[in-house]
Amino acid sequence: MNAMSPWWASAGFWRKTAVLVTALSFIVLIVLTLDSMAQMTAGGERVPAYSVINKRITYVEDAAKGHKVPAIGDDAPLFGKAVSEEDAEALVSLGKKTVQAKNCMNCHTLLGNGAYFAPDLTKAWLDPSWGNEAARESLMLAFLLDPPGNARTFGSGRKMPNLGITDEEAHGVIAFLKWMSSIDTNGFPNNFMPMQQGE
Amino acid sequence: MSALGTFDSTNLNGGQRLAVKYFTVAVVLFVAQILFGLLAGIQYLKPEFLHGILDFSVNRMVHINAMVVWMLYGFIGAVYWLLEDESQHEIVGLKLGNLGFWVLTAAVTVVVLVYLFVQIGPGNDTSLWLINEGREYIEAPRWADIGIVVVVLIFFANVALTFFKGRWTGISGVLVLDLVALAGLYLAGMFYTTNISIDQYWWWWVIHLWVEATWEVMVGTMMAWALMKTIGARRQIVETWLYIEVALMFGSGILGLGHHYFWIGSPNYWLSIGGFFSALEPIPLVAMVVHAVYDSGVHKMKNSNHPALAWLIAHAFGNFFGAGVWGFMQTLPQINMYTHGTQWSASHGHLAFFGAYATINIAFFYVAIQQSRGNNWMGAGLAGAWRWKWALGLLHMGVIGMSVTLLIAGYEQSFIERAVGGSTWSAYFEAQQHPWFVQAMWWRQMFGWVTLAGTLLLVWDLLAVGKGDTRPAEVAAAEV
Repeated sequence: MNAMSPWWASAGFWRKTAVLVTALSFIVLIVLTLDSMAQMTAGGERVPAYSVINKRITYVEDAAKGHKVPAIGDDAPLFGKAVSEEDAEALVSLGKKTVQAKNCMNCHTLLGNGAYFAPDLTKAWLDPSWGNEAARESLMLAFLLDPPGNARTFGSGRKMPNLGITDEEAHGVIAFLKWMSSIDTNGFPNNFMPMQQGE
Repeated sequence: MSALGTFDSTNLNGGQRLAVKYFTVAVVLFVAQILFGLLAGIQYLKPEFLHGILDFSVNRMVHINAMVVWMLYGFIGAVYWLLEDESQHEIVGLKLGNLGFWVLTAAVTVVVLVYLFVQIGPGNDTSLWLINEGREYIEAPRWADIGIVVVVLIFFANVALTFFKGRWTGISGVLVLDLVALAGLYLAGMFYTTNISIDQYWWWWVIHLWVEATWEVMVGTMMAWALMKTIGARRQIVETWLYIEVALMFGSGILGLGHHYFWIGSPNYWLSIGGFFSALEPIPLVAMVVHAVYDSGVHKMKNSNHPALAWLIAHAFGNFFGAGVWGFMQTLPQINMYTHGTQWSASHGHLAFFGAYATINIAFFYVAIQQSRGNNWMGAGLAGAWRWKWALGLLHMGVIGMSVTLLIAGYEQSFIERAVGGSTWSAYFEAQQHPWFVQAMWWRQMFGWVTLAGTLLLVWDLLAVGKGDTRPAEVAAAEV
């Protein structure tokens, strides 16, 4: 290349293009992010309010979309005790902080993100391995308080270690998992078969 | 300047002396990355191994954090390395830069010790501030985040002020703007929110816009400079290519961010936007391969530093295959629905981080070691050349082997866990115990040991290459 190079091969043309393309892409990203934040705030259609833990959450086929979606049903308060929106948020937040402080994401995936050594937690609340609705809460609680003692390895030998989770934290984690199961994840994980409940 | 073939810091300018410190820590962390990866790999095969002492979560966290940090140390080192040469000016604020290095290194040490010996804390803010933030790749506790930001600001001041006092070039302009973006994006990962969907939305701003945008541009500038140094490519050519790469990279990568927004509770339009733009992401990587290979060919591969050029070419192809092809394979939502959160991602991660980033950092280590010995001979007939060739071969064999075996495990998971099993926990564990998966993980472990062998050989070579060789370097022929 030299002074005679055509405009489309010149540094000046590509420098301007780079600046323009970057600026445009970033502006579009900002606009979409503002819209996404509005749609993803808890209490919206895709991400329900934290007080959803007071309700029965099921997972039903949506023929129009071609995949299953969470459905919020009758009252089914967590641990039999209905809580206010504020208390629900505090409980879910305790659970979320526990999930972070115990480093859950470096074995499990949440919404598919994390490590692949242990099962995905996106629909943990709805997983059929808890047996039935009546047993689920107490089984989850017992498991979190003493994971090796109540190991659910499905024959794999992979046991969750004892993470020193307190009773209060365990309640928070279960609330967090119940709330997370109500998020509309566009059908992820593929073809998930939930526990039968309330039918 | 001391005798050729002897390691002597008087061979280096101020920025380069600081760069060597960063490179040294990078190599130490590289070895740590491999060791903790091996421990985590063993736990897939023998789940009782170190259970309750160094659990998988800890090993895996140290494995990926050591990786992220050694990549960054490599980049920072590379920028300090080329700073005085590119700006034609003495580095501004070297003392502060040195202080920044020691502060950052001390912080990294404390963070790793806390990871290993404290590991976890109660579910409250204190844990997130002092122990572990629990968000993949950016687990470093909040106090360390703030420390990192301060040190990055010092680094940025060194770089920007030196260019201001010296001269601006295409490379330095891109570099400085890229550093602004790189540092700014880190802030998006420094807050707590209860809403996991919003948490992951911003978390991807850091992870994706680093790895698939700003880091790629960073290595683009490193490549541009290194091609001028090793083969004597003309500035006008490498800078024009650099602008093309920036346009294509940011043009595809910024909105390509949407491929992480398929399943986290974000709006539906991300399925189309993310799918479309991320499918374009391999294009700049093709441009990088064409550029590196074509220019090397123009110069008939005649170069001043054989190991460095070999690793630069390895970078061009590794970036294309690891980031481009392996990423493209699972980037469309119709496929990603089956593969997201399986060993497909681990396969892509291993090949991409090695191919795109480890390779070019290693190339810079070789550029640095040559200059440290007074810019001596690194061409044909280099004594002990088998070491760097075998290190390059073993590292490629190891990492490609791991990536292919993890991919097989991922395919098996997509079929058995997702397509057939209905993505339940029992389907997950059924897939984990299937012979295809188990065999793949055994082979992955074997290739992990091959990777370790390559890494150790590389370290040996970096310490020994060119030692006592008093021939001056071949000067890269200027292009006509």
